Amino acid sequence: MIQIRDLLIQRNGLDALRVNSLNIERGETLTVVGPNGAGKSTLLLALARLLKPSHGEIIYDGKSLKQWDELEYRRKISFVFQAPLLMDMTVEQNVALGLKFRGVSKNQTYERVGKWIKQLGVESLSKRRAGQLSGGEAQRVSLARAFVLDPELFLLDEPFASLDPPTRAKLIEDLSALLKADHRTAVFVTHNLNEAAKLSHRIAVIVGGALRQVGTSKQIKMNPADETVKAFLQELPQ
Amino acid sequence: MVFNSEIFQITILSLQVSAIATCISLLIGLPVGTWLALGNFRGRSFILSIINTGMALPPVVVGLVVAIMLWRSGPLGNLRLIYTPIAIIIAQTVIAAPVVTGLTAAALEALDPRLQQQLLGLGASKGQMVWYLWREARLPLLAALMAGFGSVISEVGASMMVGGNIRGQTRVLTTAIVLETSKGEFGQALALSTLLLVLTYLINLGLTSIQQRGTKK
Repeated sequence: MIQIRDLLIQRNGLDALRVNSLNIERGETLTVVGPNGAGKSTLLLALARLLKPSHGEIIYDGKSLKQWDELEYRRKISFVFQAPLLMDMTVEQNVALGLKFRGVSKNQTYERVGKWIKQLGVESLSKRRAGQLSGGEAQRVSLARAFVLDPELFLLDEPFASLDPPTRAKLIEDLSALLKADHRTAVFVTHNLNEAAKLSHRIAVIVGGALRQVGTSKQIKMNPADETVKAFLQELPQ
Repeated sequence: MVFNSEIFQITILSLQVSAIATCISLLIGLPVGTWLALGNFRGRSFILSIINTGMALPPVVVGLVVAIMLWRSGPLGNLRLIYTPIAIIIAQTVIAAPVVTGLTAAALEALDPRLQQQLLGLGASKGQMVWYLWREARLPLLAALMAGFGSVISEVGASMMVGGNIRGQTRVLTTAIVLETSKGEFGQALALSTLLLVLTYLINLGLTSIQQRGTKK
């Protein structure tokens, strides 16, 4: 579904990320792990076409991102950031936002929003404004806003990083079930290798602005590709 | 001067020229301020510093420059706009546009920069993204509108210089106050000042109530 070849992303004139080769299959959940500032979010922004590569290319469904109509491509994806970034409107209106952008009819919007706010457990908050939600509630709304779009590709940038451990564990469980149920393709960024193992088919390790290794949790733990990956794994809380 | 049809005409003209100048400033300031806030291009900081300086433009300096431009022998003299309400609107637009532009840029820059990416990541077109950013910054944008209107309804230097304070044609509340004061008619000047203050208060009260409605969660 996605092929990345010789990718170089520069930010503020500096190399932010290098990926020589990476394939993501349809229906796969790939988790990207790595230390702070390693380039994980840069990869997601590039996949969302929100950052332009300085070199190399990203191919989506056999066509380079450069060849895709920008809006058409962006409407195939859903991006969830670390912060919920909800708009100053009600939960319902927030969840409906992407559908409104796509010109989906009111009836369909009502139906789809209803389904997803129920699925994410925020139905009772539907008339509440974003500013009145707790961190966990806001993140659930942010996930509902992404899922309601029924995208081909989910890009999730540490969506649970700021939550307390019980809420985080519950949301990981819910997200895992949702991704598996519908065989969704997703790229999920996290710091946490256990979370990564729980959610994903494969894990990509980015350290120091370069993709170092791709494999299962077990493969990476048993055979780290190089010293940087080994050092990163040792620094992780056991 | 007593409260008669002349004062009514002066009041209406004051409101008309200031409202039109504010609307034109909004039409200029909203897109330019948005472009400056969201753009990432060489010279952006320089343009922003010019706009910010423009926010403190002395009205008499604006009046002088606009008068030179519109003077009969000036580059735009053949338009015959000097000493007309249009000349006052032009001068007031020059005063208010940097205020609206600068405050629009500041309002949008105060938003979380990831909000742009989030909206695009949800499939917004560029136009939809800008619309929703304006919506999110609607309270400071309303403040920008109020500041723009406030800067022109209360100015006197530019209106006097390019309008000429001609009775029945270009006399507005502020220039009428100056005239009455210069004649020693302090009672009239105070009455006109009170009228100007009440009008400004009522307009800002309306805008503030809209703004406060927006802040209620």
